[in-house]
Amino acid sequence: MRKFLRRFLACALWIAAFNCLAVTPDDLGKLALGESDAKEAALAAIINAGDESAIPLLQALMDDGVQTGPDKKVYIVKDGKGIDAATGKVVDPLPDNLEDVVIANVMRKEIGVAIAALRLTSPDKSVRLAAAKELQGNAEEDALPALAKALAKESDPEVKAMLTLTQASIQLHGKDKATRITAINALAKSNNPNTKTLLLGLLEKKGDQYTEADPQVRAAAQESLNAVQSRLSTGERYAQIFSGISLGSILLLAALGLAITYGLMGVINMAHGELIMVGAYSTYFVQNLFKAHAPGAFDWYLLVAVPVSFMVAAAVGMVLERVVIRWLYGRPLETLLATWGISLMLIQGCRTIFGAQNVAVENPVWMSGGVEIMTDIVLPYSRIVIIGFAFAVLLLVWVMLTRTRLGLFVRAVTQNRSMAACVGVPTKRIDTWCFGLGSGIAGLAGCALSQIGNVGPDLGQNYIVDSFMVVVLGGVGQLAGTVYAAMGLGIANKFLEGMAGAVLAKICILVFIIVFIQKRPQGLFAIKGRFADA
Amino acid sequence: MPDLPKTRVMEKSLFSRLYGPRGWIAVAVLAFIALVVFPLCNIAAPAGSFFHISDYAVSLVGKFMCYAIVALAMDLIWGYTGILSLGHGVFFALGGYAMGMYLMRSIGHDGVYKSDLPDFMVFLDWKAYPWYWKFTDNFWYACLLVMLVPGALAFIFGFFAFRSRIKGVYFSIITQAMTFAFMLLFFRNDTGFGGNNGFTDFKRILGVPIATSSMRMTLFLLSAVVLILMLLMARYLITSKLGRVLTAIRDAESRVMFTGYNPVNYKLFIWTLSAVMCGIAGALYVPQVGIINPSEMSPANSIEIAIWVAVGGRGSLVGAILGAGIVNFAKSWFTVAFPEYWLFFLGALFIVVTLFLPTGVVGWFSRFAKKEVKA
Repeated sequence: MRKFLRRFLACALWIAAFNCLAVTPDDLGKLALGESDAKEAALAAIINAGDESAIPLLQALMDDGVQTGPDKKVYIVKDGKGIDAATGKVVDPLPDNLEDVVIANVMRKEIGVAIAALRLTSPDKSVRLAAAKELQGNAEEDALPALAKALAKESDPEVKAMLTLTQASIQLHGKDKATRITAINALAKSNNPNTKTLLLGLLEKKGDQYTEADPQVRAAAQESLNAVQSRLSTGERYAQIFSGISLGSILLLAALGLAITYGLMGVINMAHGELIMVGAYSTYFVQNLFKAHAPGAFDWYLLVAVPVSFMVAAAVGMVLERVVIRWLYGRPLETLLATWGISLMLIQGCRTIFGAQNVAVENPVWMSGGVEIMTDIVLPYSRIVIIGFAFAVLLLVWVMLTRTRLGLFVRAVTQNRSMAACVGVPTKRIDTWCFGLGSGIAGLAGCALSQIGNVGPDLGQNYIVDSFMVVVLGGVGQLAGTVYAAMGLGIANKFLEGMAGAVLAKICILVFIIVFIQKRPQGLFAIKGRFADA
Repeated sequence: MPDLPKTRVMEKSLFSRLYGPRGWIAVAVLAFIALVVFPLCNIAAPAGSFFHISDYAVSLVGKFMCYAIVALAMDLIWGYTGILSLGHGVFFALGGYAMGMYLMRSIGHDGVYKSDLPDFMVFLDWKAYPWYWKFTDNFWYACLLVMLVPGALAFIFGFFAFRSRIKGVYFSIITQAMTFAFMLLFFRNDTGFGGNNGFTDFKRILGVPIATSSMRMTLFLLSAVVLILMLLMARYLITSKLGRVLTAIRDAESRVMFTGYNPVNYKLFIWTLSAVMCGIAGALYVPQVGIINPSEMSPANSIEIAIWVAVGGRGSLVGAILGAGIVNFAKSWFTVAFPEYWLFFLGALFIVVTLFLPTGVVGWFSRFAKKEVKA
């Protein structure tokens, strides 16, 4: 520590003393007054010297803040105050008749590269990273020595990878064949999609001639290209699987409530989608409350929104069961129509209360952003949270159904209603609770959906067909079937989307389900046994 | 089909089998109103007089009659056979699209781009008609397509579905999935049916300009005739032995099977027929409203068809027609007078009808009439 401090102090003193002297007076003159060739040479020299203290001067050049006096002295001028660039001393007052140093756009780019190259030596990692990014695609052969120097010192893997890539891409167009091949081989290790275009450029044919004349180099390039491509496509496949699982978890959430109301109770609830919408709007409502009354705790509004959306949707569901659905048990087609009617009324009710426009539900801060697994492939936190949430809800439902008294009653009523009634299960109350549970889970789905999509009155309509497909495919009365069907449909949908586009993928999936149901009318996981025809 | 002992029903003459004397009088009166009184009121009565019926009303009632044909088809499959289809909107729209293809081609060079191709194809930069547009410039071929396309789709779909004994709610849900898939398909521009916008701006039909009141009246009369014929055909079907088997399938499919009938054939027949009827209705509908687009295929529309029948009365042909009329009249009135409340009303209608009126308006009336007699 002490050693470091001492070195740091020495360094700082040295910089303070010599300030702009990192640039030799000769180079300074060339840079300010010379023709563009002279300027370039001076820049190359500065990059070669690799001294960070030249940055202020270069930056001033970029900002048109350098002026020359009649005595060929160079001044860095800012806000009417001047510094003599050669000595670093403040000059006050400034001499008259100063002339601007005019920098052409081509030079501007090169100066930018020079600044970046110099910044590579900065102790701050983020500065180095930014510099490396700047160099990527802009740097030319002049920067090679600086790059090599920086690479030798660099310890951070991210910056190093980027620098290697930049170095290789410059060397690709070098004159020496061996250098080119080494560069190509270095590129094979890159995860950056840009390398692909770089290598493809080498293999391109212009007229009769390849851009790269040497067949040996071309072969190496092809090999590297294959390696990069396979790695990139693996990355893309992972991303697809992730978005498939993400879609699957959403489908799972949407279908889980339906698996209870339809699967266990045999009630076709076409208003299920609207219960999802109710959950989403409850979240919106809670969010607004927090915004208005507790802006400090806004990041944690979801903790309140989750139970609230469950309760509100469950309450709506229980009222529906008591008022409408109870009278229609055993008449599934009528239930379908009546619940469709309910869904229309809920949609219109929502439009009347909240307006027909979508409302904005904001993510809490901790849910924005994401994990970058490869360049250009980011897994958003919100999606990851929802995947976790879906499985938590699944676990909860499973525990509820298999480990609690209510679950026992529900299973009993499902299996044999009259027998359950005979041994004292209050079947009607169980129906209400069970429907409330299914509806509450729909509310949770709505809460989750509000975090990643639009919240509007038509929210539910988009999910009702999909969630019915999941339940039908998974098999009635089967939680496991619902999980497999949701995940399978989600992943298959995303893969097909990659191949055929979103709409065709959806159509393919629907056709597949229709065909599948022909083969296995009971779904993936049929309950084994013989059923009497109702 | 095995020979069955002839029942009393079979021995009646066709005429007396369809309707009793009072029934025939009712049909004749309705036909007279639709085919003579209504057109006269439109053409002969001067504008502003009490008896005058506007062109708008003519096309509105013409539209309702197309809906009534769909309701009849729905009643045959749902009311009589017990199969709730949530896909009849697709058959209707397919019939409409088949007719729409002819109408699009008969626009000729009068489109915005003055091209051989319809405007939307020019817009997509297509150079020629896709293969399935072949021959659609022929009116009679289009008429054939109107029946063939929905019929073939229904036959294939029904063949697989009924053969694997999919029934009840399962069947309803997969018909809804089919509807959804078709809607998505037709929303695509690349499908070749105009995407979102569908077909519109029709100019003429069989060389006659389409936007004239005489054309409107012709289409109206045609719809009325088709509706009456369809009603009689449906009546013929349900009073036949086939109709009785269908009702038996609705009430106890397993027993029908155990008595030696194969329900699959019966169901497939009535399902396909029902789809063809919808196709014809769609073909009559499109020239009258002047537009067909994929929103006709939305699942919501198909469910609405079920509610027409439920309101009128399931298992009653007149009820189906009545229901289509009542609901659609209410819809046109509501969407003008209180647009916000239409969905509330429709939703309530769904609930009230299923909870309190299982036999629909017709059943309610007949119960009311019986009570009167008793009192």
